[in-house]
Amino acid sequence: MMDQGVQRKLIQAVAETMIAHAEELTALDQAIGDGDHGLNMKRGFEGVLANIDVLASQPLPEALKAIGTQLVMKVGGASGPLYGTLLMSLGKGMPADPTLEDVGCCFGAAVDAVKARGKSDTGQKTMLDVLAPVQAELTKGGRDLAARISTTAFRAAEATKPMKALRGRASFLGERSIGHMDPGARSSALMITTVCNVLGG
Amino acid sequence: MANVGIVIVSHSPKVAEGAADMVRQMVGTTVPVAHTGGNPDGGLGTAVDGILTAIDRAWSDAGVAILVDLGGAETNSEMAIEMLPAARQARVVVCNAPVVEGAVMAATESSGGAPLDAVKRAAEELMAS
Repeated sequence: MMDQGVQRKLIQAVAETMIAHAEELTALDQAIGDGDHGLNMKRGFEGVLANIDVLASQPLPEALKAIGTQLVMKVGGASGPLYGTLLMSLGKGMPADPTLEDVGCCFGAAVDAVKARGKSDTGQKTMLDVLAPVQAELTKGGRDLAARISTTAFRAAEATKPMKALRGRASFLGERSIGHMDPGARSSALMITTVCNVLGG
Repeated sequence: MANVGIVIVSHSPKVAEGAADMVRQMVGTTVPVAHTGGNPDGGLGTAVDGILTAIDRAWSDAGVAILVDLGGAETNSEMAIEMLPAARQARVVVCNAPVVEGAVMAATESSGGAPLDAVKRAAEELMAS
């Protein structure tokens, strides 16, 4: 079973990162969306922090499912169901004491669940453009994995800048979405690099 | 009530309420109608628990048709359907139609006692034309 102290640190670090970057995410979303992504994620993760004692003491799969449900109920906007689906799906497949292969396998299934929820795929300027390359790096395994995944996530979010949005509100802008980083890709990268920092450090 | 229920989901509570008013004026009380809008803080957005409550309020054994405005309303509505008890899940659909016109068309069809798939089709015919 995952050490409760590590689990607590992980939940806290991810929540605090999302809250700390609320303004940045909102600014990105104002450029190509409806400008609520940062505030929505902040509201969701404030709910998670308020419940951290319970979440940190649950077995990892249950905690992931509970955080996912909380995001679905609290976030508002499409990112609630999308991040909620990601975490609930991770929790559904994850054993209490996962190996690296387990994590890779569950993450793959979770990314597929996000694709189904958003009726989207890679190349459409969404969070999937970060999640999919992270999944590919994760399944490679090997040395310095956490650092490599962090770098992959960061670069993948940057790489959404020249893309044209094909899903979500940004798709209304068509060509005008080009040149801006996708806010969902950025929040996914922030979440993943935070997890890597806690687990890989 | 045996007529299909109508749920209106908009990012704006005012749009949701206004669309529901228009529907009620058309079909009176023969069709259960509920509306929801706004994020959990009361700003613009949509919330799964608000949608679940609205489905409950508009519930009919004939099913419920949901009309949505923009992307997040659809994603949140689909999420809400998955969170319903299994017996209800198959009797709730999201219509691919403009929210105001679709709600009026769906409610008119429902008021004649049409089944859920016919109500959905009536709303979605607006997209084909």
